[in-house]
Amino acid sequence: MATPTAAQRAAGTALDFFTTMILLLIFAIGCEVSTTAWAESGKFTQAFMDWLRSLDPTLQDVLAALGRAILAIIPVFAPVPFIIWYERRLLSWMQDRIGPNRTGNITFSRTSKLIPSFLKGKKFKLFGLAQSIADGIKLFTKEDIMPTKTDKFLFILGPLIALFVALTLGGTIPWAGDRRFTPVADINVGLLYVMAISSLGAYGLVLAGYSSNNKYSLLGALRASAQLISYELAMGVSLAAMVMVTGSLKMTEIVAAQEAPLLGFIGFLPNWNIFTPFGLVSGFIFLICMFAETNRPPFDLPEAENELVAGYHTEYSTKRWGLFMMAEYMAMFTFSMVFSTVFLGGYHMPIRWEAIGMDFMAGIERSYLGGLSVMMLKGVAGLTLYIWVRATYPRFRYDQLMNLGWKFLLPVATANLIVTATWIMISKVYGAAPGWMFAIGLYAVAIAVYLLLRSKKSRQYLDTRAVDMINQPARRAPEVVEPVAEVTA
Amino acid sequence: MGSYIGILALMGLAVVLCAVFATISWLLGPKRNTTYKNAPYECGVAPVGDARERFPIKFYLVAIIFILFDIEVVFLWAWMTVYKGGTVEFIKFTFFEFLAFMSTWVLGYAYILKVKAIEWDEPEALPSEIQEAA
Repeated sequence: MATPTAAQRAAGTALDFFTTMILLLIFAIGCEVSTTAWAESGKFTQAFMDWLRSLDPTLQDVLAALGRAILAIIPVFAPVPFIIWYERRLLSWMQDRIGPNRTGNITFSRTSKLIPSFLKGKKFKLFGLAQSIADGIKLFTKEDIMPTKTDKFLFILGPLIALFVALTLGGTIPWAGDRRFTPVADINVGLLYVMAISSLGAYGLVLAGYSSNNKYSLLGALRASAQLISYELAMGVSLAAMVMVTGSLKMTEIVAAQEAPLLGFIGFLPNWNIFTPFGLVSGFIFLICMFAETNRPPFDLPEAENELVAGYHTEYSTKRWGLFMMAEYMAMFTFSMVFSTVFLGGYHMPIRWEAIGMDFMAGIERSYLGGLSVMMLKGVAGLTLYIWVRATYPRFRYDQLMNLGWKFLLPVATANLIVTATWIMISKVYGAAPGWMFAIGLYAVAIAVYLLLRSKKSRQYLDTRAVDMINQPARRAPEVVEPVAEVTA
Repeated sequence: MGSYIGILALMGLAVVLCAVFATISWLLGPKRNTTYKNAPYECGVAPVGDARERFPIKFYLVAIIFILFDIEVVFLWAWMTVYKGGTVEFIKFTFFEFLAFMSTWVLGYAYILKVKAIEWDEPEALPSEIQEAA
């Protein structure tokens, strides 16, 4: 590279100087504008509030509801690109790959004179975060293909129902302690609303699969319908036990019931449902059903790639396909939120701050942003579990899936429901001590029976495996003919 | 009614978002349809017959059983919300009512197990296990 002449160097310095000046000017103007806006904002807010109060009360309610609805959609909708990026990165890390880590990186030239000197050779890393956004834009601009003989209306409706379900699922979840902003509607049937909306999700998949006039899609749709309704049953029964313990279907009351001291006597820990003896069983069942309801591995039979091409969305392209993916990720996140609300104490941290006299932390917990952050952290923990399970477990076979749902989860959930009712009855009629004795005794019996069955079953299993291995035709390695070196005379 | 305005607002917002997404993907992007491009995907060969064929009755059976069991649980939801807060007499009385109700559930469950309504594996596919069972 030729050394720059004195004139070129002077020009470069001048360019640097001017660019720096312009940037400083823009910064100063920005600060000035924002400061005046800050000073004015008090007046403006006052005027806005006055205008709001002058409106019709019904209209006020509707506006407030719309505002809360927007606040409920944003925490689900905005993180979708980050969730996808997070899944791809975490999954690659678990599989010893790198994953998307380049898209969005900006490297400024080291030699160009158009770049101011403080930016020369600088790198700005986005760690591949722009990849999902780029994918989204690409999906919008691709060709929209609709195969012949499709039922056009249902074909369009399918992904829209999936998205609708994912958006409205969080309608009754309290995202934080501030009742002005959240939940959207604190209705009396909050938990039933979640169940009802999540069961609508089956329609999206079934209509999509049925309307696209493809055999793979139809098979995927059938699988999806049977799987979703099977696991919904166990999910409903497991939640029913928690409703019985709380005595209310209201989401805010379910959260409030978990603020009490743990098990009634441990003062500094909250009584999260997952830590109660029968809440643990319910939570475990709900967790498994949660995976099945969102069609995630190991329950992703409706879109099993190696059997059904892509299952119910084989014929979908462009943003229609993207809507299915978006809905799936949003549903994953929202289901994690439902799990945190019902079993993990909602927007509360795992320590009762009031009981140990830390009012500052209690205040943070009660504020909107504080509660939202705690909720988000729990959601991210749920997502991590989703991804971890995807990286760990192979897909179920269809009869295994149905056996797990109908012959294991459903009876256990129902037994849990009956046992919870008995526990409440004993505690209320005979006092707390017999109730605890009942719970501990039952756990002891359950563990004993499990150990007994397991040892018997595993021995049987090993026996059959041994018989299978003996009966198998012997596998002999193919004989390798060694090339004989020619003897030279 | 007051709090249900929020649900309506959320649903309205969701419908608007859905409509926006549907319209954008329809407006953007090229539209060059050909016969082969529009054919349903069947591993690259010409599709055989119609896709809307008959499917196993088991899916239908599972749906019917689901409705029966789900409705049984639905009947319980109302009782569950008042069970814990009731008087001792109420708890004692309704607990045994609940047990009687659940016994019909258990009977129904035992019946569907007996008629093998939820058996999904094909027994002829696993000859070694049948030999052992016999």
